[in-house]
Amino acid sequence: MQTIIISPLVSHRLCLARAVPCNRLLNNHHRAPPSIRLSNHRSTTSLRLFSSAAASRDSEMATEDVQDPRIAKIASSIRVIPDFPKPGIMFQDITTLLLDTEAFKDTIALFVDRYKDKGISVVAGVEARGFIFGPPIALAIGAKFVPMRKPKKLPGKVISEEYSLEYGTDTIEMHVGAVEPGERAIIIDDLIATGGTLAAAIRLLERVGVKIVECACVIELPELKGKEKLGETSLFVLVKSAA
Amino acid sequence: MFAAENGLKGDPRLEAISAAIRVVPNFPKKGIMFQDITTLLLDHKAFKHTIDIFVDRYKDMQISVVAGVEARGFLFGPSIALAIGAKFIPLRKPGKLPGKVISESYELEYGHDRLEMHVGAVEPRERVIIIDDLVATGGTLSAAMSLLESQGAEVVECACVIGLPEVKGQHKLKGKPLYVLVEPSGLDEFC
Repeated sequence: MQTIIISPLVSHRLCLARAVPCNRLLNNHHRAPPSIRLSNHRSTTSLRLFSSAAASRDSEMATEDVQDPRIAKIASSIRVIPDFPKPGIMFQDITTLLLDTEAFKDTIALFVDRYKDKGISVVAGVEARGFIFGPPIALAIGAKFVPMRKPKKLPGKVISEEYSLEYGTDTIEMHVGAVEPGERAIIIDDLIATGGTLAAAIRLLERVGVKIVECACVIELPELKGKEKLGETSLFVLVKSAA
Repeated sequence: MFAAENGLKGDPRLEAISAAIRVVPNFPKKGIMFQDITTLLLDHKAFKHTIDIFVDRYKDMQISVVAGVEARGFLFGPSIALAIGAKFIPLRKPGKLPGKVISESYELEYGHDRLEMHVGAVEPRERVIIIDDLVATGGTLSAAMSLLESQGAEVVECACVIGLPEVKGQHKLKGKPLYVLVEPSGLDEFC
């Protein structure tokens, strides 16, 4: 067995010892909203980031009028890696959040505070980073954890849901019998971008009669308008970031 | 070593954990009795027992890092890390981690695979436990150990929910202790 060191294609901000704050927090109604020209990773059109007030209406953040002091620490613990997995994408790396014991604890606590005592019996988490946040939340609120996986990973009988990618389609699966009709669920993932994966997860659970109370993510990329794909289902996020 | 041989003999929690694990025959191929832990995750009490047993064992051992092997190690590792105040480090398949990585290859039945970890995630002399759902040959865990030791970390123990018969009687994996909660269910007719 050999130990090999591999460098990424591009990586400007590799501070693991100290988290680099790269996320913009859109949560203060009283500050003048920032107008920022950003490049969308899908096209060369520059988008104007919408105002913080509008952002708050579109999807709820953990900060209503006053920012929860835990949010800033969580946001600053997330590392941004430019041009991963391909040029133009600013990848939101939550592995650095997991190295910050206070930030990780606070992340879970914020979700648990929101969802405990709401009659939620199912926490569904999307492979693989949803597996990191989902189970601690499920354990704390007394719910089951249901993994939603890529094809052929789950060993038992499954139901599948296909969804669109930029090029082609992908599929997520869930075990038959994992959930029962009438159960109340939340769906967890680390990040919502276009919303395709979460929308597929919603469809999968609704097909078996589950009520999705909310989708919850650590990070949202609002310019990608993922929330629109979720239909009637509300979205709760801790941090919003530029795509 | 199995938990029952190490202070937890007769602990009813181990029986509940074992009973909650579903066996799926002939997955991913004929002859394999797959140990499906997704049913353990559906049983809140049994899942909590699983985490509690690991937490009780490691909370006073000055462990600062829990490393979990993708993807089923992710289901157990973070909860343990949170409870003992340790960092969680995901060990992933190639190409998934976005930053600078180190990589270790390991043998499969046919061919080989690779495991990666972010450079800088662990610091020299940190005390680490490695978590996975199941240990069979120990190949994946050995690769995980190599990654962590190459960065100067001390692997204190490897811990798994299920241990296949190959590891029974072996208290160590590559010289490091191995701690396992239960044996596989449904193997009687094969032994």
